[in-house]
Amino acid sequence: MKIMTCPLNGPRPVSEFFYWGEVRPMPNPDTCTDAEWADYVFNRNGAPGVKREWWCHTPSNTWFIAERDTEKDVVLKTYFYQGEA
Amino acid sequence: MPWRLLRFALNKKHPEPRMFTTHDKLKSSYDVVIIGAGGHGLAAAYYLATEHGIKNVCVLEKGYIGGGNTGRNTTIIRSNYLTPEGVKFYDESVNLWQDLSRDFDLNLFYANRGHFTLAHTDSALRTMRWRAEVNKHYGVDSEVVGPEAVKEAAPMIDLSCAGHSPILGALYHAPGSVARHDAVAWGYGRGADQRGVEIHQQTEVLGIDVQGGKVRGVNTSRGYISTNKVLCAVAGSTPRILKMVDLRTPIYIHPLQAMVSEPVKPWLDPILVSGSLHVYISQSARGELVMGASLDPYELHATRSTLDFVEGLTSHMLDMFPFMSNVKVMRQWAGMADMTPDFAPIMGKTPVEGFYLDSGWGTWGFKATPVCGKTMAHTLVNDTPHPLITGFSLDRFSNYALTGEKGAASVGH
Ligand SMILES: Cc1cc2nc3c(=O)[nH]c(=O)nc-3n(C[C@H](O)[C@H](O)[C@H](O)COP(=O)(O)OP(=O)(O)OC[C@H]3O[C@@H](n4cnc5c(N)ncnc54)[C@H](O)[C@@H]3O)c2cc1C
Repeated sequence: MKIMTCPLNGPRPVSEFFYWGEVRPMPNPDTCTDAEWADYVFNRNGAPGVKREWWCHTPSNTWFIAERDTEKDVVLKTYFYQGEA
Repeated sequence: MPWRLLRFALNKKHPEPRMFTTHDKLKSSYDVVIIGAGGHGLAAAYYLATEHGIKNVCVLEKGYIGGGNTGRNTTIIRSNYLTPEGVKFYDESVNLWQDLSRDFDLNLFYANRGHFTLAHTDSALRTMRWRAEVNKHYGVDSEVVGPEAVKEAAPMIDLSCAGHSPILGALYHAPGSVARHDAVAWGYGRGADQRGVEIHQQTEVLGIDVQGGKVRGVNTSRGYISTNKVLCAVAGSTPRILKMVDLRTPIYIHPLQAMVSEPVKPWLDPILVSGSLHVYISQSARGELVMGASLDPYELHATRSTLDFVEGLTSHMLDMFPFMSNVKVMRQWAGMADMTPDFAPIMGKTPVEGFYLDSGWGTWGFKATPVCGKTMAHTLVNDTPHPLITGFSLDRFSNYALTGEKGAASVGH
């Protein structure tokens, strides 16, 4: 079974977690164009690589960031969201 | 006495032709380069040669013919989709399937079984009524039936599903079929090969040469080829190729897994799908039960298979067919599904001139193999999308004009 480390609860089976996709900056809906908004809503960086992603440990409802290699299926780091630097 | 075999064995020159010609070298240029020797790429090559007389074509495959999702899927063929665009398109595919074995002179083991999508909730039943009406409107054989019809077609089923998800009815689609997936790739491949198309296995596309917004050539692991037209038909590898041409799309990759049981006596004629239980099942001509579930829960560009999948699928399977508890699982595997937000494919032209996409086939593209080949060949030759695929163009996302097919494609494939 695959193990994911929750920053609050420690290592847990991945089936306890919910994946919510890559961390992506949202354009300002008041000022961006329709094309920019469509790009944000629909388009994804679908290529493999190391990605920063939103995950949630569902039993404790803990949201956090995981850095994961989507080709090797290896979780490199997990930590709480600190805001965008 | 098998005379033909004897003659073959005694003949030192082995006159029997191989299935495919091997070519030592790539040519320096082709009219069309197709990336991916899955069913889709090979079908496009076949129709380019047969219907348009374009034979200076090569198909580049990094692995082996049919080794992608074509050889990994659970082979369900049907056309009872939800959107008018989808229904018309898949119906044309089902029509094309009927003659393929004869066209190829190769038995595809196309077996018409009938297809039930089970409803365990009122809302599922409502979507099925909707689908049935759209289907009938376009002349597709499709109807909502009661639980007794399911029981009659599959007497071993527990209609209460262990008491927690009773079956309220089903969408029944008489044309639902299965076929031998490898043979489809081989049939299209051999047909194209015989007409002069070159298939190069073990040849990976590493880059695409785009100058001034136009395709000029392709870099491969065996050298450079110049060409003005490239068709990308690589399913789970689509985002990697899109990166080479700098195109942004909604396509994302999740694995889809499947498994087969040991062979048992024939007991299940139809194909059964349950969206609520995330299960679908059919019995192959060899007696194996072919089973699948929904997508893996997170993005992954790999084809590993998991115990979680087998445990989840078998527990739901036993709700439907408790007697299967003694049947052994024989093999399990995964493919990389190229998913889209609206569960419809992305096909046709792109902002890069000469770069054509046949992608976004996710968990549902095997049945579409013939019609994809046909419509993509037409699109490449005329440089305008075939009328059947205009609803699937990439620019539907920037235009906020999606083709919502989720109600018919999510677990049903
Ligand atoms: C488990 C599973 C079950 C499914 N069940 C069904 C079903 O019941 N019914 C249905 O209709 N559909 C089903 N599907 C979906 C279906 O299998 C696919 O949509 C379809 O087979 C895609 O075919 P293709 O020819 O486009 O791609 P593929 O068969 O994946 O072929 C693409 C080829 O491109 C090659 N390639 C990739 N990158 C490169 C490169 N850089 N250079 C050269 N070659 C490259 C790959 O090696 C591969 O051989 C299922 C899929 C899976 C994984």
